Amino acid sequence: MRRLGLLLALGSVVLMAACGSSNSGSVTSVTVSCSPTTVSSGGTSQCSATVNGTGSFNSAVNWSTSAGSISTSGTLTAPTVTATVSVTVTAASVQNSGITGSASVTVNPGSSNNNVQPITVDAGPEPNTFLATNIAYTTVTVCLPGSTTQCQSIDHVQVDTGSSGLRLLQGVLTINLPQESNSNNSPLDECLVFLDGFVWGPVATADVTMAGEKAGSVPVQIIIPSTSNPPVPSTCSSQTTGGNEGNSVEDLGANGLIGVGLFQQDCGPGCTSQNQNGPPAVYYGCPASGCNPTFISEQQQLTNPVALFPGDNNGVLIQLPSVPDGGSPTVSGSLIFGIGTQSNNGLNGATVYAVPDSGSNAGNITTTFNGTSYPDSFIDSGSNGLFFLNSSVPGVPATCTGQLNDWYCPSPSPDNLSAGNQGDNMSAPVTVNFSIENASQLFSGDNVAFSTLGGPNPNSFDWGLSFFYGRKVFTAIENMSTPGGQGPYFAY
Amino acid sequence: MNFLHSCRYPFTVAILLTALGVPSWAALGDNAASVLADQARMKGTLRSVDNHTYVLHEITLSSGSKVREYVSPAGAVFGVAWEGQFKPDLQQLLGPYYQQAQQAVAAQHTNDQQPRVHRGPVVIETPGLVLYETGQVRSFHGQAYIPQLVPQGVQASEIR
Repeated sequence: MRRLGLLLALGSVVLMAACGSSNSGSVTSVTVSCSPTTVSSGGTSQCSATVNGTGSFNSAVNWSTSAGSISTSGTLTAPTVTATVSVTVTAASVQNSGITGSASVTVNPGSSNNNVQPITVDAGPEPNTFLATNIAYTTVTVCLPGSTTQCQSIDHVQVDTGSSGLRLLQGVLTINLPQESNSNNSPLDECLVFLDGFVWGPVATADVTMAGEKAGSVPVQIIIPSTSNPPVPSTCSSQTTGGNEGNSVEDLGANGLIGVGLFQQDCGPGCTSQNQNGPPAVYYGCPASGCNPTFISEQQQLTNPVALFPGDNNGVLIQLPSVPDGGSPTVSGSLIFGIGTQSNNGLNGATVYAVPDSGSNAGNITTTFNGTSYPDSFIDSGSNGLFFLNSSVPGVPATCTGQLNDWYCPSPSPDNLSAGNQGDNMSAPVTVNFSIENASQLFSGDNVAFSTLGGPNPNSFDWGLSFFYGRKVFTAIENMSTPGGQGPYFAY
Repeated sequence: MNFLHSCRYPFTVAILLTALGVPSWAALGDNAASVLADQARMKGTLRSVDNHTYVLHEITLSSGSKVREYVSPAGAVFGVAWEGQFKPDLQQLLGPYYQQAQQAVAAQHTNDQQPRVHRGPVVIETPGLVLYETGQVRSFHGQAYIPQLVPQGVQASEIR
């Protein structure tokens, strides 16, 4: 929609330059549409106009609005309101200002910019024990459902666009969140498998607050160590060659993990009775006799808290400043809730990369490098570098020798590279330029934020946190409407 | 590529099943018969393709997840690959190589802890075992193979 507005605006310039004011044809009608049709106070909506006419006519329009402001390309910035109002957007033909079209946009109240949650990339929760690297953290407040007094704020929770739902280490929790049960009334536990390990523990409910946004009774996971009860089922741990990442703050690298990814739930239909193969080794009913995989409704699954906010709930924008070559000791940025719902989270021309919502490549984009396409590629703030291909592919940097052999050590450094990213909605890739520096040099000091840290990942590109610096990266949630279309998608 | 029913392999599989009984499940380095047990255990549909230099058995689950097992002319499972929302049971799929993979991952983890944590894809390249894992929570992709068992003329990159 944004593109259409731009094209129309550009078209008008060309036409006016070519024809001046002498158009031989005539304009017959103007129609206007805006998306979204409902926004929060101060939010944005993209409007476009279609001009119909006969002969050679000028398709340019002039925009006006009954409240708020509107740009020459049709971007409405809604007024700040304390009660719901309807704003009328009007486009008038440049050639014949008496011919107009209009559309209505509903503006709901809401304190503007209650949606900015600070995030930090720093040395982590225990800098004297381990040095976190390229991990974005935030502080999350959890309360017993319905309570405003039994609450706790937990710092150094990792922000992860590669998963959905809030997970907190049991060892850092001081409030006793109530555990969920499955349909057999057995206590509900979860095993979530990552690439290099897993986390295990009870599913509980909590009210979750970030910035000015609150989600009520959100299913969250309490991560417990292997020494705790119930014990880790073998069907959980055997899905990975890695260990339990929930044994300690050091193993997790954080006090918790907040998944603000593409999906409403972490598992979705695959963990409900729709799965004809039986319950997968994800959710477990854990009566005294032991834990076994169980079906669980989507409502009871770990849920992206953003999707449960009353507003600003269609996705997130992660905004981090650029990091110079060599890295930085700390970086501060924002996790902004909503896409195109307020004045601070508009797409503003960002390219939308639509991704499949199911199947083997759910959530993936296609990255092209040196003429070869890699359809298993993805953007993931929870990965701590740019992981792609391996040194046997021409143009890919050399792997470090010795202990650092899962990082790249190009020589000379930096190595300037280029790839292309493509979403399901696109017919051609868009170029991404990136640089990789020698990891052993990057790690020699105390810097922990690196835009140039890379390592191998044969057969795909994992655009981790390094990719996010100096960009605005949007993650749109499945089935939610946004000015850039319905999620799931990434945009930057 | 020819579909398996047009060649001699079904007989091989049947003979092996009769001779050895049905093992509990297939594993890297195991024999071809174990593929059928895998299919039964995973409740998936099996498609087998004779690629001349190896036979590819692909088990598809209703969720869309797939497990592929690559069997050499000598009858050994020399490579396995998987993709989908749920990872397979790697302890079963990697069989005797699972522990080796665990140790390699743990060693790499310990190495990484010295300077920095590594949060991303798994890349294990040892002389006896290669293991790659990538993806995020709704989409996992991985492959493992034993370099010594890969038949001549087969590129390891075909295992995926």
